[in-house]
Amino acid sequence: MIPGSYDYHRPASLAEAVAMLADLGEDARVLAGGHSLIPMMKLRLAQPTALVDVARLPELKGMRVEGGELVIGATTTQQELAASEELAARCPILREAALLIADPQVRSCGTVGGNVANGDPGNDLPALMQCLDAIYVALGPGGERRLKARDFYRGAYVTALEPGEILTQIRIPEPPAGHGWAYEKLKRKVGDYATAAAAVVLTRDGATITAAAVALTNLADTPLFAQAAGDALVGTAGDEAAAARAAEAAKSLMNPAGDGRGPADYRASVGAVMVRRAIARALTRAA
Amino acid sequence: MATRTVSLTVNGKPVSAEVEDRTLLIHFLREHLNITGPHVGCDTSHCGACTVDLDGRSVKSCTLFAVQADGGEVLTIEGMAAPDGTLHALQEGFSAMHGLQCGFCTPGMITRAYRLLKENPNPTDEEIRFGISGNLCRCTGYQNIVKAIRYAADKLNSPTLQEAAE
Repeated sequence: MIPGSYDYHRPASLAEAVAMLADLGEDARVLAGGHSLIPMMKLRLAQPTALVDVARLPELKGMRVEGGELVIGATTTQQELAASEELAARCPILREAALLIADPQVRSCGTVGGNVANGDPGNDLPALMQCLDAIYVALGPGGERRLKARDFYRGAYVTALEPGEILTQIRIPEPPAGHGWAYEKLKRKVGDYATAAAAVVLTRDGATITAAAVALTNLADTPLFAQAAGDALVGTAGDEAAAARAAEAAKSLMNPAGDGRGPADYRASVGAVMVRRAIARALTRAA
Repeated sequence: MATRTVSLTVNGKPVSAEVEDRTLLIHFLREHLNITGPHVGCDTSHCGACTVDLDGRSVKSCTLFAVQADGGEVLTIEGMAAPDGTLHALQEGFSAMHGLQCGFCTPGMITRAYRLLKENPNPTDEEIRFGISGNLCRCTGYQNIVKAIRYAADKLNSPTLQEAAE
């Protein structure tokens, strides 16, 4: 399969990339790792007239901790995310989820920014970022905007990103020390998108859960932040009855498509199971 | 038709060619350079038969434009053996442990395993399986592929031990 013709551009700076995108118009696309875009171009489902390759821009690289926030440059690869000891120590769900994306070769190219900006409901990091209440930083001709991951996704491949904007950073408020976490993903095989997946981050005081966030992957045409599921856990010990209420609250949001991964009702059922498992595993890890 | 000059080091040799922007790295290697070890298998980023090493990471060359690799260093199965023809420990392992049946996945398996052993010189069998999870063998000969990689790891870690065992 051969992609359609396009013009390749490699800007030397982020400012040049933004200007290029504005000049090239709406049929130009940003190219980072290319592991969503190039397969789409090979299938001719995407036929951009121009690509602006941001993979080498130093402004978009690297991970750091900054004033209580974990800051991840958009072109950080999923492999680099998984390999970061500092992020794994402060927010271990990042590594757990990153290692469940695709396979080693794909993770070595696929970027964090591309995974969250593309708006594919099958991608794992969007729900994770909703669970962690991340902020996405977008830069466009009109300047910089900060967008909450929880408000970012509008539909399949439709996001709050404006044409001409580049997602430059992901900023995650550092979860409190001793928090519990789990990303549970059911998939048919390595490399497949989730049949259903759930991210849970919680904190507790003694046996009582004081804060909890639950988000879901591939169970609707966007990732889902399940506010009511988290609320159902707060004030409880996360016992079976509370976990079942949380799973039920999450399930009420799910609207998966029936596909090769199973009929819609099956996927919602296992979606609820993923929530219960993630809660149980998060509790084993919480201080 | 947008074209540009792409310059790479492939298996230690500098190469340069005028290619279309849309040319994928796998086609650049196979059709422009006649390096046919990396295979086109699924052509959809799943099977790993096209795996090559690019600047110290394993990549699927069917899912990368040649222009993205511009200036990079590529290693393919053709670059694994020593110049005198002595096989790399992985190639020897795949032979000794019967790590191939039809052989179609083998170049990708070996180039992937090469990077895996650089990153983790003494992997457990489970780590080997996780490390090659982006490479499919449709003969399903994974058991012996894992043994072949284990053989190579042991040999690379302790060449003298390996000689004593022979």
